[in-house]
Amino acid sequence: MATLTADHLTDEQIEALGAELDALRAEVVASRGERDARYIHKVIRTQRALEMSARGLLLFAKFPPAWIAGTAALSAAKILENMELGHNIMHGQWDWMRDPKIHSTTWEWDHACASEGWKKSHNFEHHTYTNVLNKDRDLGYSIMRISADQEWHPAHLAQPVYNQLLAAFFEWGVAFYDLEFDLVADGTKSKEAFKADAMRLWRKARRQLTKDFVLYPALSGPRGFLASAAASLVANTVRNFWAHAVIFCGHFPEGVAVFPEDQLDGETRGQWYVRQMLGSANLSGGPLLHVMTGNLSHQIEHHIFPDLPSNRYAEIAPRVREICERYGLRYTTGPLRKQYATVLRKINRYALPRRAERAALLAREAAQAAEAAEATRAVQQLPVRPAEAARPQPVRLAG
Amino acid sequence: MAKWRELGGRAAARARGVANLLTTPLLPDDLLGTLNPVWSTSEPAARVVAVRRETADTSTLVLRTGPRRAPHRAGQFVGVGTQLAGVWHWRTYSVTSRPDERLLAVTVTAIPGGTVSGALAHGTPVGTVLRLGPPAGEFVLPEPVPEKLLFVTAGSGVTPVMGMVRHLAATRPDALAGAVAVHCDRTEADVVFGAELRALAAATGMRLVERHTAVDGRLTPDALAYLVPDWAARQVWACGPGGLLDDLGDWWGRHGDADALHVERFVAPRPAEDAGTGGRVRFTASDIETDAAAGQPLMLAGEAAGALLPNGCRMGICHTCVGRLRSGAVTDLRTGERHDTPGEPVRTCVSGAAGDVEIEL
Repeated sequence: MATLTADHLTDEQIEALGAELDALRAEVVASRGERDARYIHKVIRTQRALEMSARGLLLFAKFPPAWIAGTAALSAAKILENMELGHNIMHGQWDWMRDPKIHSTTWEWDHACASEGWKKSHNFEHHTYTNVLNKDRDLGYSIMRISADQEWHPAHLAQPVYNQLLAAFFEWGVAFYDLEFDLVADGTKSKEAFKADAMRLWRKARRQLTKDFVLYPALSGPRGFLASAAASLVANTVRNFWAHAVIFCGHFPEGVAVFPEDQLDGETRGQWYVRQMLGSANLSGGPLLHVMTGNLSHQIEHHIFPDLPSNRYAEIAPRVREICERYGLRYTTGPLRKQYATVLRKINRYALPRRAERAALLAREAAQAAEAAEATRAVQQLPVRPAEAARPQPVRLAG
Repeated sequence: MAKWRELGGRAAARARGVANLLTTPLLPDDLLGTLNPVWSTSEPAARVVAVRRETADTSTLVLRTGPRRAPHRAGQFVGVGTQLAGVWHWRTYSVTSRPDERLLAVTVTAIPGGTVSGALAHGTPVGTVLRLGPPAGEFVLPEPVPEKLLFVTAGSGVTPVMGMVRHLAATRPDALAGAVAVHCDRTEADVVFGAELRALAAATGMRLVERHTAVDGRLTPDALAYLVPDWAARQVWACGPGGLLDDLGDWWGRHGDADALHVERFVAPRPAEDAGTGGRVRFTASDIETDAAAGQPLMLAGEAAGALLPNGCRMGICHTCVGRLRSGAVTDLRTGERHDTPGEPVRTCVSGAAGDVEIEL
């Protein structure tokens, strides 16, 4: 029996789980090598070939077959570039190769949001405070209500609509959100810092827009200009919808836990792992799905080990799942279509105020209590289980 | 004419700007490098087109470089980057080809227990792509070339001198006519470029003295003075093990003109007694903080923590790895010398932390 809380585990069991995951990580780190380097070089070559073919086809954008093939190839190229390359390289997954060309400090991606800002808001704030309400600055939590624990506001009534708008303009949503208007408003971010970030966004956005909507269309000739610009728009939008779906499926589907702020007080390494696993959900599918999601289909593995090479997530997934099962923790996974449907259902449901939720909440808590009781019984065969009274205080993590 | 050139320059800059925009967020150079690594100018690379086995532990790698290779001077070395188990490693090796040759040759001796030199010398198939650093080093002949030259080399120390001798033989063979080359190695079979040196000596009139240390013992300054009686009248270029170079330095310092002796060290001298205390290191540009153990070079500590630091020879020669000291103090691991002036350039490959330190890299 697997649950969405770790209440049935003792502190020792949680730390034992942490030690198992640390050992798994060390094993992967020690075996990184030639094969992994070949993998990332192959993805880079494939992505660049795809993009150059797309741009080549779109020189003839006014011919429908070339437009269709070119747009499809450009969409795929942009998705690969953002997900399997940009996101993962900026996480430092490939820094160990010491290649200045494939390194988190030098990589810039095909995205409106400049890499510098992204690394701070995503790598640090989202990955550290994953699914902690009011702390995780991942975009979804700031403008969506996806849990009964979040305060309702009348604006949430519109969230099913603005969620779709966000999906369509996702890269711009991410880029503008990165300016942190809310922090400027409440005075925690200085006007100068805001101005510097805004200038950075403008410089990046101008290049991106000029490339996609002026230069390449111009190369397609006066009669192909609009068709080529439309191809860029479609490719960017396809990428936006896809990235939005993958990312929302990582943290918002049914069966993913959110945590109150006091969860962070004195959180140990083991507890951090538990929160990352219960706060993330995977997507099941074939190798093509995995690569096109940048292996965020292994969101659980990515969240416990954000800087391991992405090609290794699929390999360690069965072992992570086995550990979850052994400790009675829920390992949420499912096909994209099903997971995305539960995300949309949540967004619709929590658009309505708390009052209507109360009954459902009570029912869920009762069900969870029953699950936890069940899990406590199921977990009694686990190796470490000292007397309740002998629990040591959790150790505070450094930093 | 000047006006046309200016217009041309502006048009080229405009074209580069457009090309950069077309490939943004990459650079055109990134795409060229993807098509063929040798075409990259930001990460210059070379393809191994031949491997010549010189002796049991030494190979010469013949490289085809990109179109815009920086020219070298005879006697200089280049940084060579190779990917082993996915990780880029950099070492420096002497160039043994002539500056005017289209192909570049570097000669690599496998150091016992050295994974990188071993892999390069013994495990580099033709077709391998290596990365190249710019040529560097002060171990070069001045212009005009001194009339009376003396080369003193031992082991793989012959490699930079081979670059000089080949260059002189091709351009100014008369400069070799009065030259003397004293070379030491264990046995005749161990002598790198032995046959070629003997042939060059015969052709140019250069006097070649081979000393086989398995029989004759190590070369001492006394023995050298006996072998080359007019040593004091010569300009000397010496390369070999640290012990030999130290002895020669003492000798020329005491009995000759210290300015006449030019040396090149291949391995860092023995580490200093005082290896620093270690401490917390922060690389400010990379925003990486880590602990450096006593005696551990800052570069290694930073790399272990995931920082991408500039590096070349990794033994304090080439100055590629220099970063400014923002605060704290470092110890030169070779001399034990302490550096603590803020703003001072520090070589991270041979500097250890003396307490907490900040480096602007």
